[in-house]
Amino acid sequence: MFFQQLINGLSLGALYGLIAVGYTVVYGIVKLINFAHGEIFMSGAFGALTVYLLMGSPAHVSTLFGLCVMLPLMMIGGIIAAVGIALLMERLAYRPLRDAPRLAPLISAIGVSISLQEIFRLFYGRIPGFPDAHAAIRFPDVAGISGVSVRIGGVDVQMSAIFTLAALAVCTAFLWFFINRTRSGRAMIATSQDPATASLMGIDVDRVIMIAFALGAALAAVAGVAHGLRYSNIDFRMGFTAGLKAFTAAVLGGIGNINGAVVGGLVLGVVEAMATTYIPGQFGGSAWKDVWAFVILILVLVFRPQGLLGSKVVDRA
Amino acid sequence: MAPMLEVKDLVVAYGRVRAVKGISFTIDEGQIVCLLGTNGAGKSTTLRTISGLLRPESGSILFEGEPIGGLKPHKIVAKGIAQSPEGRRIFPEMSVEDNLRLGAYSRRDSQVDDDLGKIFELFPILGERRRQRAGLFSGGEQQMLAIGRAMMSRPRLLMLDEPSMGLSPLMTTTIMRTIEQLRRDGVTILLVEQNAQAALTLADHGYVLEVGQIMYDDAGSALLDDDRIRRTYLGAA
Repeated sequence: MFFQQLINGLSLGALYGLIAVGYTVVYGIVKLINFAHGEIFMSGAFGALTVYLLMGSPAHVSTLFGLCVMLPLMMIGGIIAAVGIALLMERLAYRPLRDAPRLAPLISAIGVSISLQEIFRLFYGRIPGFPDAHAAIRFPDVAGISGVSVRIGGVDVQMSAIFTLAALAVCTAFLWFFINRTRSGRAMIATSQDPATASLMGIDVDRVIMIAFALGAALAAVAGVAHGLRYSNIDFRMGFTAGLKAFTAAVLGGIGNINGAVVGGLVLGVVEAMATTYIPGQFGGSAWKDVWAFVILILVLVFRPQGLLGSKVVDRA
Repeated sequence: MAPMLEVKDLVVAYGRVRAVKGISFTIDEGQIVCLLGTNGAGKSTTLRTISGLLRPESGSILFEGEPIGGLKPHKIVAKGIAQSPEGRRIFPEMSVEDNLRLGAYSRRDSQVDDDLGKIFELFPILGERRRQRAGLFSGGEQQMLAIGRAMMSRPRLLMLDEPSMGLSPLMTTTIMRTIEQLRRDGVTILLVEQNAQAALTLADHGYVLEVGQIMYDDAGSALLDDDRIRRTYLGAA
Protein backbone atom coordinates (compact mmCIF):
# COMPACT_ATOMS: atom_id res chain seq x y z
CA MET A 1 0.00 0.00 0.00
CA PHE A 2 2.72 2.49 0.97
CA PHE A 3 4.89 1.69 -2.05
CA GLN A 4 1.86 1.90 -4.32
CA GLN A 5 1.02 5.35 -2.95
CA LEU A 6 4.64 6.45 -3.19
CA ILE A 7 4.74 5.63 -6.92
CA ASN A 8 1.36 7.24 -7.37
CA GLY A 9 2.51 10.37 -5.55
CA LEU A 10 5.82 10.59 -7.40
CA SER A 11 4.18 10.34 -10.82
CA LEU A 12 1.58 12.90 -9.83
CA GLY A 13 4.41 15.04 -8.49
CA ALA A 14 6.34 14.65 -11.75
CA LEU A 15 3.32 16.15 -13.50
CA TYR A 16 3.32 19.11 -11.08
CA GLY A 17 7.09 19.43 -11.46
CA LEU A 18 6.92 19.64 -15.26
CA ILE A 19 4.42 22.47 -15.01
CA ALA A 20 6.15 24.14 -12.06
CA VAL A 21 9.39 24.58 -14.04
CA GLY A 22 7.51 26.96 -16.36
CA TYR A 23 6.42 29.21 -13.48
CA THR A 24 9.89 29.28 -12.04
CA VAL A 25 11.85 29.86 -15.27
CA VAL A 26 9.64 32.77 -16.28
CA TYR A 27 9.67 34.20 -12.75
CA GLY A 28 13.45 33.88 -12.64
CA ILE A 29 13.81 36.07 -15.72
CA VAL A 30 10.95 38.60 -15.64
CA LYS A 31 9.78 38.37 -11.98
CA LEU A 32 6.26 37.69 -13.19
CA ILE A 33 3.99 34.92 -11.93
CA ASN A 34 2.45 33.85 -15.21
CA PHE A 35 -0.98 32.81 -13.98
CA ALA A 36 -1.92 31.79 -17.52
CA HIS A 37 0.69 29.02 -17.43
CA GLY A 38 -1.97 26.44 -16.45
CA GLU A 39 -3.72 27.24 -19.73
CA ILE A 40 -0.45 26.65 -21.60
CA PHE A 41 -0.49 23.17 -20.07
CA MET A 42 -4.10 22.78 -21.24
CA SER A 43 -3.15 24.01 -24.74
CA GLY A 44 -0.45 21.34 -24.85
CA ALA A 45 -2.99 18.60 -24.17
CA PHE A 46 -5.35 20.00 -26.82
CA GLY A 47 -2.47 20.33 -29.29
CA ALA A 48 -1.67 16.63 -28.84
CA LEU A 49 -5.34 15.71 -29.26
CA THR A 50 -5.46 17.83 -32.42
CA VAL A 51 -2.58 15.92 -33.98
CA TYR A 52 -4.37 12.67 -33.15
CA LEU A 53 -7.54 13.91 -34.83
CA LEU A 54 -5.60 15.15 -37.87
CA MET A 55 -4.02 11.71 -38.15
CA GLY A 56 -7.56 10.38 -38.58
CA SER A 57 -7.98 9.07 -35.03
CA PRO A 58 -6.03 5.85 -35.58
CA ALA A 59 -7.33 3.00 -33.42
CA HIS A 60 -6.11 -0.54 -32.74
CA VAL A 61 -2.52 0.26 -33.68
CA SER A 62 0.55 -1.73 -32.71
CA THR A 63 2.60 -0.85 -29.63
CA LEU A 64 5.51 0.03 -31.89
CA PHE A 65 3.39 2.48 -33.87
CA GLY A 66 1.89 3.90 -30.70
CA LEU A 67 5.20 4.55 -28.96
CA CYS A 68 7.36 5.47 -31.94
CA VAL A 69 4.97 7.39 -34.18
CA MET A 70 1.78 8.44 -32.42
CA LEU A 71 3.23 9.52 -29.10
CA PRO A 72 6.13 11.57 -30.53
CA LEU A 73 3.84 13.27 -33.05
CA MET A 74 1.27 14.07 -30.39
CA MET A 75 3.98 15.48 -28.15
CA ILE A 76 5.36 17.62 -30.96
CA GLY A 77 1.84 18.87 -31.70
CA GLY A 78 1.31 19.72 -28.05
CA ILE A 79 4.65 21.50 -27.82
CA ILE A 80 4.01 23.54 -30.98
CA ALA A 81 0.58 24.61 -29.70
CA ALA A 82 1.83 25.48 -26.22
CA VAL A 83 4.99 27.28 -27.32
CA GLY A 84 3.13 29.19 -30.03
CA ILE A 85 0.46 30.38 -27.62
CA ALA A 86 3.02 31.22 -24.93
CA LEU A 87 5.09 33.36 -27.32
CA LEU A 88 1.99 35.13 -28.60
CA MET A 89 0.88 35.79 -25.03
CA GLU A 90 4.30 37.17 -24.08
CA ARG A 91 4.33 39.46 -27.09
CA LEU A 92 0.76 40.75 -26.78
CA ALA A 93 -0.03 40.66 -23.08
CA TYR A 94 3.24 40.96 -21.15
CA ARG A 95 5.86 42.76 -23.23
CA PRO A 96 3.84 45.98 -23.54
CA LEU A 97 3.61 45.96 -19.71
CA ARG A 98 7.30 45.24 -19.09
CA ASP A 99 7.93 48.57 -17.36
CA ALA A 100 4.48 48.90 -15.79
CA PRO A 101 3.86 48.37 -12.05
CA ARG A 102 3.98 44.68 -11.18
CA LEU A 103 0.25 44.42 -10.58
CA ALA A 104 -0.52 45.22 -14.23
CA PRO A 105 1.04 42.12 -15.85
CA LEU A 106 -0.44 39.99 -13.06
CA ILE A 107 -3.94 41.16 -13.94
CA SER A 108 -3.10 40.73 -17.61
CA ALA A 109 -2.07 37.13 -16.84
CA ILE A 110 -5.42 36.39 -15.21
CA GLY A 111 -7.14 37.88 -18.25
CA VAL A 112 -5.09 35.72 -20.61
CA SER A 113 -5.93 32.68 -18.49
CA ILE A 114 -9.68 33.25 -18.74
CA SER A 115 -9.47 34.15 -22.44
CA LEU A 116 -7.60 30.96 -23.32
CA GLN A 117 -10.09 28.81 -21.42
CA GLU A 118 -12.99 30.44 -23.22
CA ILE A 119 -11.32 30.23 -26.63
CA PHE A 120 -10.90 26.47 -26.26
CA ARG A 121 -14.36 26.01 -24.77
CA LEU A 122 -16.14 27.99 -27.47
CA PHE A 123 -14.14 27.35 -30.59
CA TYR A 124 -12.44 23.95 -30.43
CA GLY A 125 -15.62 22.03 -31.29
CA ARG A 126 -16.41 24.39 -34.18
CA ILE A 127 -13.57 22.90 -36.20
CA PRO A 128 -15.16 20.25 -38.46
CA GLY A 129 -14.61 16.77 -37.09
CA PHE A 130 -13.41 17.99 -33.71
CA PRO A 131 -15.26 17.14 -30.48
CA ASP A 132 -17.20 19.74 -28.57
CA ALA A 133 -15.06 21.11 -25.74
CA HIS A 134 -17.77 22.34 -23.38
CA ALA A 135 -17.25 19.28 -21.21
CA ALA A 136 -14.49 16.74 -20.75
CA ILE A 137 -13.10 15.20 -23.94
CA ARG A 138 -11.72 11.70 -24.10
CA PHE A 139 -7.96 11.78 -24.62
CA PRO A 140 -6.73 9.21 -27.16
CA ASP A 141 -5.28 5.93 -25.95
CA VAL A 142 -1.69 5.40 -26.95
CA ALA A 143 -0.87 1.76 -27.57
CA GLY A 144 1.83 0.61 -25.18
CA ILE A 145 0.97 3.14 -22.47
CA SER A 146 -2.79 3.47 -21.96
CA GLY A 147 -4.18 0.75 -19.75
CA VAL A 148 -0.83 -1.03 -19.54
CA SER A 149 0.94 -1.62 -16.28
CA VAL A 150 4.08 -3.40 -15.21
CA ARG A 151 4.75 -5.16 -11.92
CA ILE A 152 7.62 -3.61 -9.99
CA GLY A 153 8.47 -4.75 -6.45
CA GLY A 154 5.07 -6.35 -5.91
CA VAL A 155 2.93 -3.43 -7.07
CA ASP A 156 1.36 -2.64 -10.40
CA VAL A 157 2.73 0.54 -11.88
CA GLN A 158 0.81 2.20 -14.69
CA MET A 159 2.85 2.86 -17.82
CA SER A 160 1.46 6.41 -17.81
CA ALA A 161 3.15 6.96 -14.42
CA ILE A 162 6.44 5.65 -15.78
CA PHE A 163 6.03 7.89 -18.82
CA THR A 164 5.51 10.95 -16.62
CA LEU A 165 8.53 10.21 -14.43
CA ALA A 166 10.71 9.50 -17.47
CA ALA A 167 9.51 12.71 -19.12
CA LEU A 168 10.45 14.69 -16.02
CA ALA A 169 13.89 13.08 -15.93
CA VAL A 170 14.56 13.75 -19.62
CA CYS A 171 13.22 17.31 -19.50
CA THR A 172 15.22 18.15 -16.38
CA ALA A 173 18.42 16.78 -17.92
CA PHE A 174 17.78 18.73 -21.12
CA LEU A 175 17.09 21.89 -19.19
CA TRP A 176 20.22 21.48 -17.09
CA PHE A 177 22.30 21.07 -20.23
CA PHE A 178 20.64 24.02 -21.94
CA ILE A 179 21.14 26.39 -19.05
CA ASN A 180 24.64 25.36 -18.02
CA ARG A 181 26.25 24.43 -21.29
CA THR A 182 24.88 26.70 -24.01
CA ARG A 183 25.35 30.33 -24.95
CA SER A 184 21.65 31.05 -24.59
CA GLY A 185 21.73 29.39 -21.17
CA ARG A 186 24.50 31.69 -19.99
CA ALA A 187 22.46 34.60 -21.26
CA MET A 188 19.48 33.35 -19.22
CA ILE A 189 21.53 33.11 -16.02
CA ALA A 190 22.93 36.61 -16.50
CA THR A 191 19.50 38.06 -17.31
CA SER A 192 17.92 36.47 -14.25
CA GLN A 193 20.58 38.07 -12.04
CA ASP A 194 20.62 41.57 -13.57
CA PRO A 195 18.69 42.25 -16.80
CA ALA A 196 20.04 45.77 -17.41
CA THR A 197 23.66 44.74 -17.00
CA ALA A 198 23.05 41.61 -19.07
CA SER A 199 21.90 43.81 -21.93
CA LEU A 200 25.12 45.87 -21.59
CA MET A 201 26.98 42.59 -22.19
CA GLY A 202 25.33 42.39 -25.60
CA ILE A 203 22.57 40.00 -24.54
CA ASP A 204 19.24 40.46 -26.31
CA VAL A 205 17.00 40.40 -23.24
CA ASP A 206 13.77 40.18 -25.27
CA ARG A 207 15.07 37.03 -26.88
CA VAL A 208 16.03 35.53 -23.51
CA ILE A 209 12.53 36.22 -22.20
CA MET A 210 11.02 34.48 -25.23
CA ILE A 211 13.28 31.49 -24.66
CA ALA A 212 12.14 31.31 -21.03
CA PHE A 213 8.48 31.32 -22.04
CA ALA A 214 9.12 28.75 -24.76
CA LEU A 215 11.00 26.38 -22.46
CA GLY A 216 8.32 26.55 -19.79
CA ALA A 217 5.61 26.01 -22.40
CA ALA A 218 7.36 22.99 -23.92
CA LEU A 219 7.58 21.28 -20.52
CA ALA A 220 3.96 22.17 -19.75
CA ALA A 221 2.93 20.61 -23.07
CA VAL A 222 4.71 17.38 -22.15
CA ALA A 223 2.82 17.52 -18.84
CA GLY A 224 -0.41 18.06 -20.77
CA VAL A 225 0.16 14.85 -22.73
CA ALA A 226 1.12 13.01 -19.52
CA HIS A 227 -2.06 14.29 -17.87
CA GLY A 228 -4.17 13.07 -20.80
CA LEU A 229 -2.58 9.62 -20.68
CA ARG A 230 -2.97 9.41 -16.90
CA TYR A 231 -6.61 10.46 -16.63
CA SER A 232 -7.79 9.65 -20.20
CA ASN A 233 -9.72 12.92 -20.20
CA ILE A 234 -8.91 16.53 -20.84
CA ASP A 235 -11.04 19.64 -20.61
CA PHE A 236 -10.69 23.39 -20.95
CA ARG A 237 -10.56 23.88 -17.17
CA MET A 238 -7.79 21.37 -16.51
CA GLY A 239 -5.16 24.10 -16.27
CA PHE A 240 -6.77 25.83 -13.33
CA THR A 241 -6.25 23.33 -10.51
CA ALA A 242 -3.13 21.80 -12.02
CA GLY A 243 -1.70 25.27 -12.55
CA LEU A 244 -2.35 26.36 -8.97
CA LYS A 245 -0.83 23.16 -7.62
CA ALA A 246 2.22 23.51 -9.83
CA PHE A 247 2.53 27.11 -8.67
CA THR A 248 2.44 25.77 -5.10
CA ALA A 249 5.18 23.31 -6.06
CA ALA A 250 7.29 26.14 -7.47
CA VAL A 251 6.88 28.20 -4.30
CA LEU A 252 7.53 25.13 -2.16
CA GLY A 253 10.81 24.49 -3.95
CA GLY A 254 11.78 28.17 -4.00
CA ILE A 255 10.42 30.30 -6.83
CA GLY A 256 13.08 31.00 -9.46
CA ASN A 257 14.95 27.79 -8.64
CA ILE A 258 14.56 25.10 -11.32
CA ASN A 259 15.73 22.20 -9.16
CA GLY A 260 13.38 23.52 -6.51
CA ALA A 261 10.42 23.31 -8.88
CA VAL A 262 11.17 19.65 -9.60
CA VAL A 263 11.70 18.77 -5.93
CA GLY A 264 8.69 20.85 -4.89
CA GLY A 265 6.52 19.05 -7.44
CA LEU A 266 7.59 15.61 -6.29
CA VAL A 267 7.15 16.47 -2.60
CA LEU A 268 3.71 17.93 -3.26
CA GLY A 269 2.61 14.88 -5.25
CA VAL A 270 3.75 12.47 -2.55
CA VAL A 271 2.15 14.53 0.24
CA GLU A 272 -1.12 14.62 -1.67
CA ALA A 273 -1.09 10.86 -2.29
CA MET A 274 -0.15 10.04 1.30
CA ALA A 275 -2.62 12.47 2.84
CA THR A 276 -5.56 11.09 0.91
CA THR A 277 -4.56 7.55 1.87
CA TYR A 278 -3.51 7.82 5.47
CA ILE A 279 -5.49 10.68 6.99
CA PRO A 280 -8.46 8.96 8.59
CA GLY A 281 -11.95 10.17 9.27
CA GLN A 282 -13.70 13.08 7.68
CA PHE A 283 -10.54 14.85 6.43
CA GLY A 284 -9.29 11.76 4.60
CA GLY A 285 -9.99 10.48 1.15
CA SER A 286 -9.86 12.01 -2.27
CA ALA A 287 -12.53 14.61 -1.51
CA TRP A 288 -9.85 16.51 0.41
CA LYS A 289 -6.96 15.93 -1.97
CA ASP A 290 -6.93 19.43 -3.41
CA VAL A 291 -6.93 20.98 0.04
CA TRP A 292 -3.53 19.64 1.09
CA ALA A 293 -1.64 21.42 -1.67
CA PHE A 294 -2.92 24.76 -0.48
CA VAL A 295 -2.35 23.94 3.18
CA ILE A 296 1.27 23.36 2.18
CA LEU A 297 1.31 26.63 0.22
CA ILE A 298 0.16 28.56 3.29
CA LEU A 299 2.60 26.77 5.60
CA VAL A 300 5.51 27.47 3.25
CA LEU A 301 4.59 31.11 2.84
CA VAL A 302 4.39 31.55 6.61
CA PHE A 303 7.38 29.52 7.77
CA ARG A 304 9.79 29.28 4.86
CA PRO A 305 8.86 31.82 2.18
CA GLN A 306 12.11 31.27 0.32
CA GLY A 307 11.10 27.63 -0.26
CA LEU A 308 12.92 24.36 0.32
CA LEU A 309 15.87 25.07 -1.98
CA GLY A 310 15.65 28.84 -2.25
CA SER A 311 18.20 30.96 -0.50
CA LYS A 312 17.22 34.04 1.40
CA VAL A 313 17.76 36.86 -1.03
CA VAL A 314 16.72 40.43 -0.89
CA ASP A 315 14.28 41.09 -3.67
CA ARG A 316 15.80 43.54 -6.09
CA ALA A 317 13.69 46.63 -6.55
CA MET B 1 37.70 64.53 -39.28
CA ALA B 2 34.21 63.71 -38.08
CA PRO B 3 33.93 63.00 -34.37
CA MET B 4 33.60 59.40 -33.20
CA LEU B 5 30.58 60.19 -31.08
CA GLU B 6 28.32 63.14 -31.60
CA VAL B 7 25.49 63.85 -29.18
CA LYS B 8 23.18 66.60 -30.33
CA ASP B 9 20.37 68.32 -28.40
CA LEU B 10 19.75 65.15 -26.42
CA VAL B 11 16.67 65.16 -24.18
CA VAL B 12 15.95 62.20 -21.87
CA ALA B 13 13.03 61.95 -19.47
CA TYR B 14 11.89 59.55 -16.76
CA GLY B 15 8.17 59.75 -17.16
CA ARG B 16 7.49 63.47 -17.18
CA VAL B 17 10.68 64.47 -15.41
CA ARG B 18 13.43 65.56 -17.74
CA ALA B 19 16.82 64.40 -16.49
CA VAL B 20 18.76 65.57 -19.54
CA LYS B 21 17.54 68.79 -21.11
CA GLY B 22 19.13 69.15 -24.52
CA ILE B 23 22.85 68.52 -24.27
CA SER B 24 25.37 68.41 -27.11
CA PHE B 25 28.95 67.21 -27.05
CA THR B 26 31.43 65.35 -29.22
CA ILE B 27 34.24 62.87 -28.70
CA ASP B 28 37.07 62.46 -31.18
CA GLU B 29 38.76 59.14 -31.74
CA GLY B 30 41.55 58.51 -29.23
CA GLN B 31 40.34 61.13 -26.75
CA ILE B 32 39.43 60.86 -23.11
CA VAL B 33 36.39 63.02 -22.56
CA CYS B 34 34.97 63.61 -19.11
CA LEU B 35 31.47 64.51 -17.97
CA LEU B 36 31.56 66.25 -14.62
CA GLY B 37 28.72 67.14 -12.34
CA THR B 38 27.07 66.55 -9.01
CA ASN B 39 24.46 63.89 -8.24
CA GLY B 40 21.40 64.30 -10.41
CA ALA B 41 23.19 66.36 -13.06
CA GLY B 42 22.27 63.78 -15.71
CA LYS B 43 25.66 62.14 -16.28
CA SER B 44 24.57 58.55 -15.77
CA THR B 45 21.35 59.19 -17.65
CA THR B 46 23.42 60.34 -20.62
CA LEU B 47 25.57 57.19 -20.56
CA ARG B 48 22.54 54.94 -20.12
CA THR B 49 20.91 56.58 -23.13
CA ILE B 50 23.99 56.17 -25.32
CA SER B 51 24.04 52.50 -24.26
CA GLY B 52 20.39 52.08 -25.22
CA LEU B 53 19.08 51.40 -21.72
CA LEU B 54 16.99 54.56 -21.99
CA ARG B 55 15.32 55.98 -25.07
CA PRO B 56 15.95 59.60 -25.96
CA GLU B 57 12.89 61.82 -26.04
CA SER B 58 14.50 63.92 -28.74
CA GLY B 59 17.89 64.77 -30.16
CA SER B 60 20.36 62.52 -31.91
CA ILE B 61 23.30 60.28 -31.09
CA LEU B 62 25.72 59.53 -33.92
CA PHE B 63 28.43 56.90 -33.54
CA GLU B 64 30.97 56.90 -36.37
CA GLY B 65 28.47 58.87 -38.41
CA GLU B 66 25.60 56.43 -37.87
CA PRO B 67 22.50 57.26 -35.79
CA ILE B 68 22.24 54.90 -32.80
CA GLY B 69 19.68 56.71 -30.61
CA GLY B 70 16.91 54.33 -29.50
CA LEU B 71 18.62 51.11 -30.63
CA LYS B 72 18.45 48.20 -28.20
CA PRO B 73 21.48 47.81 -25.90
CA HIS B 74 22.78 44.60 -27.48
CA LYS B 75 22.84 46.26 -30.90
CA ILE B 76 24.86 49.14 -29.50
CA VAL B 77 27.39 46.78 -27.92
CA ALA B 78 27.73 45.10 -31.31
CA LYS B 79 28.50 48.49 -32.89
CA GLY B 80 31.52 48.92 -30.60
CA ILE B 81 30.36 50.82 -27.51
CA ALA B 82 30.78 49.22 -24.09
CA GLN B 83 29.84 50.54 -20.67
CA SER B 84 31.16 49.82 -17.21
CA PRO B 85 28.05 50.85 -15.28
CA GLU B 86 27.73 52.85 -12.10
CA GLY B 87 28.13 50.66 -9.05
CA ARG B 88 30.13 48.18 -11.19
CA ARG B 89 27.23 45.70 -11.42
CA ILE B 90 29.40 42.62 -11.70
CA PHE B 91 27.62 39.25 -11.49
CA PRO B 92 28.48 38.35 -7.89
CA GLU B 93 27.52 34.66 -8.09
CA MET B 94 29.72 34.05 -11.12
CA SER B 95 33.46 33.52 -11.24
CA VAL B 96 35.80 36.23 -12.47
CA GLU B 97 36.34 34.33 -15.69
CA ASP B 98 32.61 33.83 -16.31
CA ASN B 99 32.06 37.56 -15.78
CA LEU B 100 34.74 38.36 -18.33
CA ARG B 101 33.42 35.82 -20.81
CA LEU B 102 29.97 37.36 -20.54
CA GLY B 103 31.56 40.63 -21.59
CA ALA B 104 32.50 38.90 -24.83
CA TYR B 105 28.96 37.59 -25.34
CA SER B 106 28.40 39.64 -28.49
CA ARG B 107 31.51 38.23 -30.16
CA ARG B 108 31.65 35.10 -32.26
CA ASP B 109 35.35 35.15 -33.15
CA SER B 110 37.99 32.80 -31.82
CA GLN B 111 40.18 35.37 -30.08
CA VAL B 112 38.22 35.61 -26.84
CA ASP B 113 40.82 33.51 -25.01
CA ASP B 114 43.61 35.82 -26.21
CA ASP B 115 41.72 38.84 -24.97
CA LEU B 116 41.12 37.12 -21.65
CA GLY B 117 44.90 36.82 -21.38
CA LYS B 118 45.26 40.53 -22.12
CA ILE B 119 42.84 41.46 -19.35
CA PHE B 120 44.82 39.28 -16.93
CA GLU B 121 47.98 41.11 -18.03
CA LEU B 122 46.29 44.45 -17.39
CA PHE B 123 44.92 43.29 -14.02
CA PRO B 124 47.12 40.45 -12.71
CA ILE B 125 44.96 40.06 -9.58
CA LEU B 126 42.04 38.98 -11.77
CA GLY B 127 44.18 36.29 -13.37
CA GLU B 128 45.30 34.95 -10.01
CA ARG B 129 41.71 34.72 -8.82
CA ARG B 130 39.97 33.85 -12.06
CA ARG B 131 38.01 30.94 -10.60
CA GLN B 132 36.80 32.77 -7.51
CA ARG B 133 33.32 34.17 -7.07
CA ALA B 134 33.38 37.81 -8.07
CA GLY B 135 31.10 38.82 -5.18
CA LEU B 136 33.93 38.13 -2.71
CA PHE B 137 36.12 40.83 -4.22
CA SER B 138 36.93 44.28 -2.84
CA GLY B 139 35.45 47.37 -4.46
CA GLY B 140 38.64 48.13 -6.36
CA GLU B 141 38.96 44.59 -7.67
CA GLN B 142 35.32 44.63 -8.72
CA GLN B 143 35.96 47.87 -10.58
CA MET B 144 38.89 46.24 -12.39
CA LEU B 145 36.59 43.36 -13.27
CA ALA B 146 33.88 45.71 -14.52
CA ILE B 147 36.37 47.54 -16.76
CA GLY B 148 37.90 44.25 -17.95
CA ARG B 149 34.45 42.88 -18.67
CA ALA B 150 33.56 45.93 -20.75
CA MET B 151 36.86 45.60 -22.64
CA MET B 152 36.06 42.00 -23.54
CA SER B 153 33.60 43.17 -26.20
CA ARG B 154 36.54 44.92 -27.94
CA PRO B 155 34.88 48.32 -27.84
CA ARG B 156 36.14 51.29 -29.81
CA LEU B 157 34.36 53.56 -27.33
CA LEU B 158 34.51 52.66 -23.64
CA MET B 159 32.17 54.47 -21.25
CA LEU B 160 33.03 54.39 -17.56
CA ASP B 161 30.45 55.51 -15.01
CA GLU B 162 32.08 56.66 -11.76
CA PRO B 163 34.96 54.18 -11.75
CA SER B 164 36.49 55.75 -8.63
CA MET B 165 33.30 55.61 -6.55
CA GLY B 166 33.98 54.22 -3.08
CA LEU B 167 37.63 53.48 -3.78
CA SER B 168 40.68 54.44 -1.74
CA PRO B 169 42.94 57.18 -3.17
CA LEU B 170 45.56 54.54 -3.97
CA MET B 171 43.06 52.36 -5.82
CA THR B 172 41.69 55.42 -7.61
CA THR B 173 45.19 56.15 -8.90
CA THR B 174 45.54 52.56 -10.12
CA ILE B 175 42.23 52.73 -11.98
CA MET B 176 43.10 56.11 -13.54
CA ARG B 177 46.46 54.75 -14.72
CA THR B 178 44.63 51.85 -16.31
CA ILE B 179 42.32 54.22 -18.14
CA GLU B 180 45.35 56.05 -19.52
CA GLN B 181 46.86 52.72 -20.55
CA LEU B 182 43.66 51.77 -22.39
CA ARG B 183 43.73 55.04 -24.28
CA ARG B 184 47.33 54.36 -25.33
CA ASP B 185 46.09 50.99 -26.62
CA GLY B 186 43.72 52.87 -28.92
CA VAL B 187 40.42 52.94 -27.02
CA THR B 188 38.41 56.15 -26.95
CA ILE B 189 37.01 56.86 -23.50
CA LEU B 190 33.98 58.69 -22.12
CA LEU B 191 34.46 59.10 -18.40
CA VAL B 192 31.81 60.14 -15.90
CA GLU B 193 33.25 61.19 -12.57
CA GLN B 194 32.63 63.09 -9.38
CA ASN B 195 36.32 62.99 -8.60
CA ALA B 196 37.13 66.03 -10.72
CA GLN B 197 40.82 66.17 -9.83
CA ALA B 198 41.50 62.61 -10.97
CA ALA B 199 39.30 62.83 -14.04
CA LEU B 200 40.50 66.20 -15.34
CA THR B 201 44.15 65.21 -14.97
CA LEU B 202 43.48 62.54 -17.59
CA ALA B 203 40.87 64.15 -19.77
CA ASP B 204 41.54 65.90 -23.04
CA HIS B 205 38.26 67.68 -22.70
CA GLY B 206 35.68 68.09 -19.96
CA TYR B 207 32.00 69.04 -19.94
CA VAL B 208 30.36 70.29 -16.77
CA LEU B 209 26.72 69.32 -16.30
CA GLU B 210 24.26 70.89 -13.91
CA VAL B 211 20.64 69.75 -13.65
CA GLY B 212 20.57 68.24 -17.11
CA GLN B 213 22.42 70.95 -19.02
CA ILE B 214 26.00 71.55 -20.02
CA MET B 215 27.07 74.76 -18.28
CA TYR B 216 30.55 75.06 -19.79
CA ASP B 217 33.34 72.98 -21.26
CA ASP B 218 37.05 73.31 -21.84
CA ALA B 219 40.27 71.34 -22.13
CA GLY B 220 40.90 69.13 -19.09
CA SER B 221 43.97 71.06 -17.93
CA ALA B 222 42.15 74.37 -18.33
CA LEU B 223 39.22 73.18 -16.24
CA LEU B 224 41.61 72.10 -13.49
CA ASP B 225 42.56 75.76 -13.13
CA ASP B 226 39.05 77.08 -13.61
CA ASP B 227 37.77 78.90 -10.53
CA ARG B 228 34.23 77.58 -10.88
CA ILE B 229 35.53 74.00 -10.92
CA ARG B 230 37.91 74.66 -8.06
CA ARG B 231 35.10 76.01 -5.91
CA THR B 232 32.49 73.39 -6.71
CA TYR B 233 34.47 70.20 -7.11
CA LEU B 234 37.93 70.62 -5.68
CA GLY B 235 36.99 72.21 -2.39
CA ALA B 236 39.18 75.30 -2.92
CA ALA B 237 38.14 78.53 -1.31
